[in-house]
Amino acid sequence: MELKQKLEILADAAKYDASCASSGTDKRTSRDGKGIGSSGGMGICHSYAPDGRCISLLKILLTNFCVYDCVYCVNRVSSNVPRARFSVEEVVNLTLSFYRRNYIEGLFLSSGIIRNPDYTMEQVVEVARVLREEHDFRGYIHLKTIPDASPELMARAGLYADRLSINVELPTIASLQSLAPEKDGQAIRRSMGQLKSKIDESKDKTLSGKKPRRFAPGGQSTQMIVGADTTDDRAILDTSANLYGDYRLRRVYYSAFSPIPDASKVLPLKAPPLVREHRLYQADWLLRFYGFDADEIVTGTDGMLDLDVDPKTAWALQHREQFPVDLNRAPKAMLLRVPGLGVTSVARILSSRKVRAVRYDDLVRMRVSLKKVLPFVVLPDYHPGHRLDAPNLKQHLQQAVPPQQFGLFESL
Amino acid sequence: MHIVRLATETDFEGWRTAARQLLSQRVPPEQVEWRVGEESLSLFDSEPMLAQSASGQARDPVQAVTEFKVPREFVELCRKAILHSDPARFALLYRLLWRLKELPKLLHIAFDPDVARLHSLVKAVRRDLHKMKAFVRFREIEMENGESEFIAWFEPSHHIVEASAPFFTGRFTNMRWSILTPERCMHWDGKTLTFSPGASKADAPREDSGEELWRAYYRSIFNPARLKVSAMQSQMPKKYWRNLPEAPLIAELIASATQRMDTMIAAEPTQPRRKIVKYVAKKADGMPSEQNMD
Repeated sequence: MELKQKLEILADAAKYDASCASSGTDKRTSRDGKGIGSSGGMGICHSYAPDGRCISLLKILLTNFCVYDCVYCVNRVSSNVPRARFSVEEVVNLTLSFYRRNYIEGLFLSSGIIRNPDYTMEQVVEVARVLREEHDFRGYIHLKTIPDASPELMARAGLYADRLSINVELPTIASLQSLAPEKDGQAIRRSMGQLKSKIDESKDKTLSGKKPRRFAPGGQSTQMIVGADTTDDRAILDTSANLYGDYRLRRVYYSAFSPIPDASKVLPLKAPPLVREHRLYQADWLLRFYGFDADEIVTGTDGMLDLDVDPKTAWALQHREQFPVDLNRAPKAMLLRVPGLGVTSVARILSSRKVRAVRYDDLVRMRVSLKKVLPFVVLPDYHPGHRLDAPNLKQHLQQAVPPQQFGLFESL
Repeated sequence: MHIVRLATETDFEGWRTAARQLLSQRVPPEQVEWRVGEESLSLFDSEPMLAQSASGQARDPVQAVTEFKVPREFVELCRKAILHSDPARFALLYRLLWRLKELPKLLHIAFDPDVARLHSLVKAVRRDLHKMKAFVRFREIEMENGESEFIAWFEPSHHIVEASAPFFTGRFTNMRWSILTPERCMHWDGKTLTFSPGASKADAPREDSGEELWRAYYRSIFNPARLKVSAMQSQMPKKYWRNLPEAPLIAELIASATQRMDTMIAAEPTQPRRKIVKYVAKKADGMPSEQNMD
């Protein structure tokens, strides 16, 4: 099979993984090296596909042959999609060839399970080893780790990779059992726990002051598919909060279950729930950067996020008694709960109000969505009056033009 | 009116020297005009003003400057802002310096129109630098000695070519490359970096042997069931498309997306041909794992 055809099959097979992050690893350049590449600081998105997703890494599978039969997966054993397998050398050459032309930040390599977990993991690690040791490649490497692979292989993966990930795949262990019978939710979490302790160890100085062995300086992440099972948003966010807390993940990615070629009849296809996925990311942001708890974000009785307004606005509408907020006096935690105010705007308000009072015109200049913010705030020269009590406030806010959407798939 | 001539568009040191002297002479911002000209040898057209303080007595400008220290943050912001293409940037920076003397906490007031403008210039320069690192596309050519050279054509919006150099030399240290732009070009031979005047797109190679694979990748990594054109365009505005080898695919991918998704949804499930042997999980010792006992 021609290389181009393999690339088409094995990129197509990899695109359901949302992660393309290339940020947050250690800073390196090639100035003292023989090879190519650098990393550190902000990730770089080298292109964007018309699905709005960033293309930062060469994201491919080593092979899409797979002995598992996960019904949501394009590569399951019972699917009749065309199959291909790269050699280690082919992946190495493709990565270097793309990197030299400045198309990518590095490689995100995953694989279908062939023979057994250890054999598969060994092949994946070998690609990373050749890139690092034989070509002195200093760009970004993200490896998908295979649960149940041996601890020695995991240690080697962490030595070469910037980031490791294991997908929990579905929000609950019960869903995983029914849709991915060969996968073991407990084993996945065990592996994440092992990765966490290895990552922690690599950050501590040993007693003798010796530098510990490198292990995935870019941390670990995971992904869950949304909409393939019946789990509600409350349970999903609960799972996320636990994953962030227990395994200190850098990111939990949500992937709306999306039509795939040659789907299983067990899971009927429909257009992916993109708005729901977007609301989950917004909720995830509230968890990580806005001081919200998982159990207060979902306000509806059906356990689902409101699709009409963002989760912060939904929360504010349900807690109108806590508004309006005085932008010149309220503590930071409360400013972060004002609809339409992001982390940056809040920082600006806090720094400015130390010098002089924040006024109406200042908000205008800050370019926040006034329609969203104004009903919820008080300023020396502005009061929302009874707008907060208006029964049609939600409809009014729904029409608000959202401020420039935070690029969720940007490499942050 | 004081006319200051700066050596180049990115002459930060020239701006700083002039700004210090103007400040020491208490020349208000509205009495200064900033120009960029190559022919200028002296900084000031009206030389005698330099030696005179506002009170008419000669004083040492350096001494005057030591009395007034600006926050380090301000200097860093100025270094970035000066790379912006807005001709009013030099005046803005001097006005900020002037006001900082009266109000040392000025930079804290993020809403102040001058401070906000400074931040928006810096943001635009940072974004332009980031997009240059992202969207430069090298094309490989073979030199007479058989070695490879990589050449890119890029059109930045601001004066950022020099500022981008550390990124490219640190990443592509062991490659020979050139980045050509309309205003300024830079060349790296593996050891030294040199700059030359602007070039045109025709000076760069028109194609590259690696681009077909890259386009194949771009086509395949796109998910037609998730069409979000505006999200793509906000991050990759159309002005960049003309220099991106993958961009000609965009129209076709958008046009066929909905139909591709509908076809997948409408397709009848097939019978597995089962060419691959289904997994029977085994532990290392050969025992079947618990969940596969049935």
